[in-house]
Amino acid sequence: METTIWTDPIRVIADWLTQLLVGWGLPAGLVFFIINLLGVAVLATGAMLFVLFLIWYERKIVGRIQDRLGPNRIGPFGIFQSIADMLKIFTKEYITPLGADKVPYNLAPIMAVGGVLLIWAVIPFADRVYGVDLNVGVLYIIAVGAIGTLAIIMAGWSSNNKYALLGAFRSVALLISYEVPMVMALLVPVILSGSLGMNDIVRSQAIWYLFVAPIPALIFFLTSMAEVGRSPFDLIEAESEIVSGFNIEYSGLKFGMFYVAEFLHAFTISLLFATLFMGGWRGPGAEQFPLLGLIYFVIKTFFVYFVVILFRGSLPRFRTDQMMDLNWKILTPLALVSIMVIAVVEKALAGSSLVVRSASLLLANLVVALVALQFLRSSGKSQRELAESAGAQVVDTVSTREHTSI
Amino acid sequence: MLNDWLYVGLFFVVAAALPGIAIFLAGVLGPKKPNSLKNSIYECGIETVGETWVQFKAQYYIFALVFLIFDVETVFLFPWAVAFNILPLFAVLEGVLFILILLGGLIYAWRKGALEWV
Amino acid sequence: MTPVQLIFILAAAVVLGAAVMVVSSEKMLHSAFWLIVSLFGVAVLFVLLQAGFFAVIQVVVYIGAIAILVIFAVMLTRRVMDESGPQLTRWWWLGALAALGVYGILVVVLRSWAGFTTPIAEIPAGGQDIVRLLGIALISPNGYVLPFEVASILLLAALVGSIFIAWEKR
Repeated sequence: METTIWTDPIRVIADWLTQLLVGWGLPAGLVFFIINLLGVAVLATGAMLFVLFLIWYERKIVGRIQDRLGPNRIGPFGIFQSIADMLKIFTKEYITPLGADKVPYNLAPIMAVGGVLLIWAVIPFADRVYGVDLNVGVLYIIAVGAIGTLAIIMAGWSSNNKYALLGAFRSVALLISYEVPMVMALLVPVILSGSLGMNDIVRSQAIWYLFVAPIPALIFFLTSMAEVGRSPFDLIEAESEIVSGFNIEYSGLKFGMFYVAEFLHAFTISLLFATLFMGGWRGPGAEQFPLLGLIYFVIKTFFVYFVVILFRGSLPRFRTDQMMDLNWKILTPLALVSIMVIAVVEKALAGSSLVVRSASLLLANLVVALVALQFLRSSGKSQRELAESAGAQVVDTVSTREHTSI
Repeated sequence: MLNDWLYVGLFFVVAAALPGIAIFLAGVLGPKKPNSLKNSIYECGIETVGETWVQFKAQYYIFALVFLIFDVETVFLFPWAVAFNILPLFAVLEGVLFILILLGGLIYAWRKGALEWV
Repeated sequence: MTPVQLIFILAAAVVLGAAVMVVSSEKMLHSAFWLIVSLFGVAVLFVLLQAGFFAVIQVVVYIGAIAILVIFAVMLTRRVMDESGPQLTRWWWLGALAALGVYGILVVVLRSWAGFTTPIAEIPAGGQDIVRLLGIALISPNGYVLPFEVASILLLAALVGSIFIAWEKR
């Protein structure tokens, strides 16, 4: 397979640039550095500019879900609405609250956006098109998630506002709780493919892991939506509740950066889900022509992003204690049990063909799901009986009091 | 392999610089008219009551603790998961034992009521 | 000076400088933030030693869990908002002298160590992924399987003990 720009675009462009710059007389080490820097800058800037499109996309779809049109004034179908909003927010005043801690206050929005941008470095967009194929890609993603969590603490504390502090601590408690089942669900693609590198995980998905291990896929989807702070888990920035949480003392583009970070994060988890569980760039002809792989990847990602937006537009918000219960009492034991079941089944059938293994893994997942549903149903029934007997006592006292008062 | 990490290091720098430059630009473009009323702390439109610090529940600390334990557990499980393909069944059962012990810990915490959001 | 040496000097300076700021910050929460910076520098040092796995584990566990735990613990104390004032005691020059003395002894003892002039060798992985080798070592019976299982019991003991201490029954 010869190396043309269609089969290996990044290598061809990098070689051409190297020749150009070495021809200008720069030393080879500096040329290497400059080419890397250029690649990084292109990816990061592309990601940030893409957010404008994402905001418009989401506003249109949420509008349609709510039976209205969404933005449609500025440009055809309102495409330039995001640019108008961006220009407006660029010219707003920064109001720094009294007594705010300057350095964490200004660092927090930068860290929030940076923590999401960094994930884009390891995602394989096509077979030979990615930032860097770290051999510990999956753990790297978890690590940069920690940076986003720190940004929230810094924002909440440095605002010198007790509501911001309360909001920040509640959100951080939620975020770290939901990280536990997320990391465990991430173990399953690693087990099934035998590597921590993202491109290896994509390459070994002859059958999508969504169909082989649906429970870890569902757990990863739900927990990463909670990590982003999207509805129905969006108590983190519920405008009507904790007075908008940790970003209340931010104005202008600093607030805009938190907003950008949230939208970009929602798209990034769709990218991750498509990579880890839906086969990423795989499809007919994708190994030969990376452009085809990119197209398949974009289609899969937008499908997942559409489902995320559907969740946001249709479901009411959870309470905090409901969210914590869901995480610790349902998702974490489910994740642990499904890891054990998948590990044992996968090893017990190690010698058989791919189809046999995948079918039995799917069956094992369905069995675990049925058992879990049975548990939930019986515990729900016992809780309802408890509530009904307590309610019946209240009704009795009320009715006796009615009699005596007459 | 160090070249991979050089890319990551450059990405850190660029990912911090890009929002930083944008924020700086907007700071230059926007008006700057601070007055004491605008800069005061927001509390639903009234004056702030009491000092800024409130007593936190110890419950937050317990959540962080349980999270830490499970985080360290997954750190142990990741090498096991990577070497999964070439391990015999016995080794897989060792990992399952590891997970079972920690599942027991989770059930203990659950029964003690440490996982309630009060 | 090779780029690796330059990055090493920068990372080491960050680690040491942030560590000094941790103990001399006037606000407790600033100490916690400087601790995070210092741990990040250690992660960079891990990368320079070609232990990428441990660099990310450092960030995940130390910065993502332990630093957050420290911040929560700091917030639970009463006087977190107060300035503690300058952190130097009256005899600080004695402490500085002791530190310089230890540094001098280390320089004298390590001057004849051959490791300073040997370049960093590639880890003998035989072409296999390093994390995979770590996994095999952790599980194999002639490897570290017993510490692996004992580690889980240790984690269980930590969980039970900390809940017992921190949780107050209502």
